[in-house]
Amino acid sequence: MAVDTNLEEIHGPELRHHFETPDQQVETSTIGMWTFLVTEIMFFSGMFAAYAIFRSLYHDAFASTSKYMDVVVGAINTAVLICSSFTMVMAVRAARLGMRNMIVLFLILTMLLGLVFLGVKAYEYHHKWVEHLVPGFNFHYEEAKYERHAAIFFFLYFMMTGMHAMHMVVGEGLLATLLVMAWRGRFTAKWNTPVDMIGLYWHFVDIIWIFLFPLLYLIGQRA
Amino acid sequence: MSTTVERPRTQQELNYLNIDYSWKSWLLTTDHKRIAILYLVSITAMFFVGGLFATLIRLELLTPRGDLVSDDTYNKFFTMHGIIMIFFFLIPSIPAVLGNFLIPIMVGAKDLAFPRINLLSWYLYIVGAIFTLGAVVSGGVDTGWTFYPPFSSTYSNTYVMATALGVFIAGFSSILTGLNFIATIHKMRAPGMTWSRLPLFVWSNYATSLIQILGTPVLAITLLLLAAERIAHVGIFDPSIGGDPILFQHLFWFYSHPAVYIMILPGMGVISELVTAFSRKRIFGYGFVAFASIAIAVIGFLVWGHHMFVTGQSLYAGMYFSLLSFAVAVPSAIKVFNWTATMYRGSISWDTPMLYAFGFIGLFTIGGLTGLFLATLGLDVHVTDTYFVVAHFHYVMVGGMVMAYLGGLHFWWPKISGRMYPEGWAKFAALVVFAGFNLTFFPQFIVGYQGMPRRYHAYAPEFQVLNVLSSAGASILGLGYLIPLIYMLWSLKYGKRASANPWGAVGLEWTVPSPPPWDNFPQTPVVTWEAYQYHKPWQPEVEVGR
Repeated sequence: MAVDTNLEEIHGPELRHHFETPDQQVETSTIGMWTFLVTEIMFFSGMFAAYAIFRSLYHDAFASTSKYMDVVVGAINTAVLICSSFTMVMAVRAARLGMRNMIVLFLILTMLLGLVFLGVKAYEYHHKWVEHLVPGFNFHYEEAKYERHAAIFFFLYFMMTGMHAMHMVVGEGLLATLLVMAWRGRFTAKWNTPVDMIGLYWHFVDIIWIFLFPLLYLIGQRA
Repeated sequence: MSTTVERPRTQQELNYLNIDYSWKSWLLTTDHKRIAILYLVSITAMFFVGGLFATLIRLELLTPRGDLVSDDTYNKFFTMHGIIMIFFFLIPSIPAVLGNFLIPIMVGAKDLAFPRINLLSWYLYIVGAIFTLGAVVSGGVDTGWTFYPPFSSTYSNTYVMATALGVFIAGFSSILTGLNFIATIHKMRAPGMTWSRLPLFVWSNYATSLIQILGTPVLAITLLLLAAERIAHVGIFDPSIGGDPILFQHLFWFYSHPAVYIMILPGMGVISELVTAFSRKRIFGYGFVAFASIAIAVIGFLVWGHHMFVTGQSLYAGMYFSLLSFAVAVPSAIKVFNWTATMYRGSISWDTPMLYAFGFIGLFTIGGLTGLFLATLGLDVHVTDTYFVVAHFHYVMVGGMVMAYLGGLHFWWPKISGRMYPEGWAKFAALVVFAGFNLTFFPQFIVGYQGMPRRYHAYAPEFQVLNVLSSAGASILGLGYLIPLIYMLWSLKYGKRASANPWGAVGLEWTVPSPPPWDNFPQTPVVTWEAYQYHKPWQPEVEVGR
């Protein structure tokens, strides 16, 4: 399409043709990202609703699952994820200050922490498989009277943490893209919207976990 | 410094349609106007596929005995009619075609906020449509458009998963359209285009977008849970293995009732534009009409339980949902009253779009009022799952939404195509559609009230006369839809060339040439007028700021 070549000169390289000012572009991206995160919350909310209903319907069965949930590992993962949010914030700050090397450093740290989380998650999934706690594929529950309803708990566990892990994987991909862009020096103090936006996404994925951890790991610990 | 300038006529020469003719320039376009055309072509195709299944349904129902097709085949017919019409025609129709084309121009922007995401949303729609049509061709699906378990799980013997996947993917297309509209309406308005000057079409699409972004993800996760349940055989919705089928219905209707407003709200926006333009009057009570859209979107999220009055939800939940369903009638009625008041003592002209607007107001009122019958707990028990329900929602969806869509398409056709449609044929078609529609669906109110259940391929012989009337009406209605298809295509080549503002209407879209140039406004317009400034002279020239 015949784009007016003068536009680039007028607008600068990072301003797309349909925006008037860089501020307008940043604000539009921001509202778009927040709106997207709202849809993400609604997406997870269906599973939270299912969890709430089955927890109240089959309370005892759900409580009985707690001895199979490794709170220590879950807590370590929570800490890892919170740290990754911190390094992400530091990357956003570095981007706003236009410090290329710092952006690269903190993006790498964030990615590493994300990978640690996913690694621990994989270890936990493996453990569940060994313990025959994967509904539909490899499930055997010691307390026979709870078997069917405990299966629902573990099903929801895999759905919720699985969806969360998928978002983490997507996040790793986004961070990798950011890393390449940062490496090439694309981000300046004037233009760093992608770092900001993907930062929002990363924090969102983090906060979903903050809700998943107590719901799935701390359930019935005192019972 | 701002001066009023005559628009340069040379702009007529190069517009968004003739700027580039290559396939690539269409399939990789990020221009909101071209994406609107892509949507127009695809949803028209889906409309006629859905219409084919409607035809087959009405053919079967000519006789009381199930003689044309078997019961299983009939189940597939009404399921595919519903799924295609709802997810692939009604939901995208006005937002994705007219909204896509008009919203950026109406707010004075060069494009939607995220042009590439806009293109992505069309591709998602196409991928979703391919999965669904693939399921149709491979043998169809027979769960009803609602995918209720256990039809869709334990007793499923058709292509449920492929269809559900298609709907799941198309849902993301809808989400992205809504997201784009919200960002555009918030941040891309031209100087002077304040919230209280926004055309009501934009307001109603804003309310629609809110529903799209809040509701659709819940449908997505519901279908995902359904799929996972089928794979893992763990009870989420299936009661025989510990699940809760009512949970599915709650989650499904949490999206699908608000989705009804995704379908009707943009239509209401179109009607506000048509009624003012063809009555030459300001809208009566602008603020009320604007906020009625938001009120419908908000209250619409709290009424889903009225689809479940007979599923065994608690009586108190039923009363609550009944009461709120009555409440949602209030903003809807505000709109109808305000359109009527707008026309009062207006200088009404009887062009085709206005005929559709009249059709909408009358038929939507009937559809809306019969909705109140259904919101009444006791009465609903009597008419649940009868043709009364079928007639009710077709009055809203077809009599309301499709009328508004056709009215809007005619109104903005000169802007979209640069050509006038043939007015005589268009008026004739509008009357045919109106007559055919009423003949099809009014008898269904009567058979429904008398107790004819929906979703059966055979029925008691005493209902035959009314069913024959209905089928006769359906063939007239089908003809009424074919005529515009033909003359719209004809007008692309032979229609009279349209001026920038053939209706003498107020609004930014009428200040740009027909068809508009690829970036809409060479210079950002400055808006100095109220919406619907029909009561005093309005200079159609855009004041060029800066």
